[in-house]
Amino acid sequence: MIFPSTAHGSSSVGTRDASRDLFPCIECLRRRRCVSDNLTRGGVPIEFFHISVLLRPHKSPPHEPHPQEATMAEAVVLLDVWVSPFGQRCRIALAEKGVAYEYKEEDLSNKSPMLLQANPVHKKIPVLIHDGKPVCESLVIVQYIDEVWSDGAPILPADPYARAQARFWGDFVDKKIYECGTRLWKLKGEALQEAKKEFIEILKVLEAELGDRKYFGGDAFGYVDIALVPFFAWFYTYETCGGFSVEAEAPKLVAWGKRCMERESVSQTLYDPLKVYEFVGFLKKKYGVE
Amino acid sequence: MAAVKLIGSPISPFVLRTMIALSLKKVEYELLPEKLGEKSELLLKSNPVYKKIPVLIHHDRPICESAVIVEYIDQVWPESGYGAILPADAYHRALHRFWTFYVDDKLFPSLVAIGKAETEEAKAEAVEQFRAGLRLLEEAFVKLSEGKAFFGGDQVGFLDVMLGCFVVWIEAMEEVLSLELLEEATMPALHGWVVSFRAHEAVKEVMPESGKVVEFFKMIRAMRMKAAADAAN
Repeated sequence: MIFPSTAHGSSSVGTRDASRDLFPCIECLRRRRCVSDNLTRGGVPIEFFHISVLLRPHKSPPHEPHPQEATMAEAVVLLDVWVSPFGQRCRIALAEKGVAYEYKEEDLSNKSPMLLQANPVHKKIPVLIHDGKPVCESLVIVQYIDEVWSDGAPILPADPYARAQARFWGDFVDKKIYECGTRLWKLKGEALQEAKKEFIEILKVLEAELGDRKYFGGDAFGYVDIALVPFFAWFYTYETCGGFSVEAEAPKLVAWGKRCMERESVSQTLYDPLKVYEFVGFLKKKYGVE
Repeated sequence: MAAVKLIGSPISPFVLRTMIALSLKKVEYELLPEKLGEKSELLLKSNPVYKKIPVLIHHDRPICESAVIVEYIDQVWPESGYGAILPADAYHRALHRFWTFYVDDKLFPSLVAIGKAETEEAKAEAVEQFRAGLRLLEEAFVKLSEGKAFFGGDQVGFLDVMLGCFVVWIEAMEEVLSLELLEEATMPALHGWVVSFRAHEAVKEVMPESGKVVEFFKMIRAMRMKAAADAAN
């Protein structure tokens, strides 16, 4: 399983410290927002709980919390895989709301009993487990987060028509980007050309919808932005495999992506596009694509 | 000039979803059916992205995608008619939405595959896949209904609407293809649910006649087979 060294923007291909290869950067953990700065567990600040849980060696048994340690963080667990854009939607939503949670990295070649029990229908990540109850499907999870932690900034707008538009476009992103994008790196020849044509069309539709707005939600970062922005880190892979330039086809969309990256929730969640490209290279070998 | 218009006709299960929701809320609307094989100016203008029905037009603003439309209807008319469609608590809403994803992404495509199958083998495979999906929904129904008549409990809820729209099509395909898809023996709870759903006043008002769906299914099958035969020549 590949663990990249940092989650924030910098390409650090050459200078990796071995331990940083395995664990998310400590700075990321420090900046991960907790519900309250005063939140502690047994007198230990909660951010150190995050670090202690996540710095456990990869293969050791799961952390068994002390029976008396009932924590905000344990009440919310996210089963996920670092590079998953679907998981990232959930991470961004949780960060936007300032929700403390425990992140559990899954090995998809060896799925945990917890994952199989939490999502028996699809056996896929992400899964949000809240007070022991699993929620599956990334956009269902994002809506759930918005509804449960309703005192944070809203992810979906209150106005019914605006909300319907947001749901429509979130669904559009869900139906189109990943499926077509996957064809860009998996296929060759005419099938690739077909996928490229389709993908550029999808970008243009999104560009037209965004227009000159700051975010898809207008002035407020919201549901459609969260649905789409994880794929911003995949644009480099898609354009390199497809032989086109996202910026040339959809400059406003690229500008939007950069604006989103100015938000901590996004910059702390998305990985370097080169890391994503490296990961896809690994997938290509696995699927015998070349 | 009707404030609420709906483009489509109830032969389409996705249009039927939205009609069931409007019926539950006792909202008056103008139905604007499309001609088969032609797309109206209004449809193309209202749904430029997909050019598909249903489209709800409320105060001249279009809303597209059946699941989005039903949530919109529930939000705009929260207490009307039979009351809320989406469950009251966030966790149950998440479950209804999860299963709706499943119905749309997995169950419905396997139903379509049954109708389109060109060989006995392909048909048998599609049938088995569809039944497997229904068995999952049987389990989900038992958990969500908690012994009551609907996925929504005492009331028709979101998942009842999102799944119930396919009932008349499932029955039509069973008749035309001489199959049992919703097996009473292995899916007794769903069988009971179908009876309750069909008996609901709001559903009865909009459910198309079985005969019409059977005829429509036979017609599109014949069209598809003719097109395949023409292509082969």
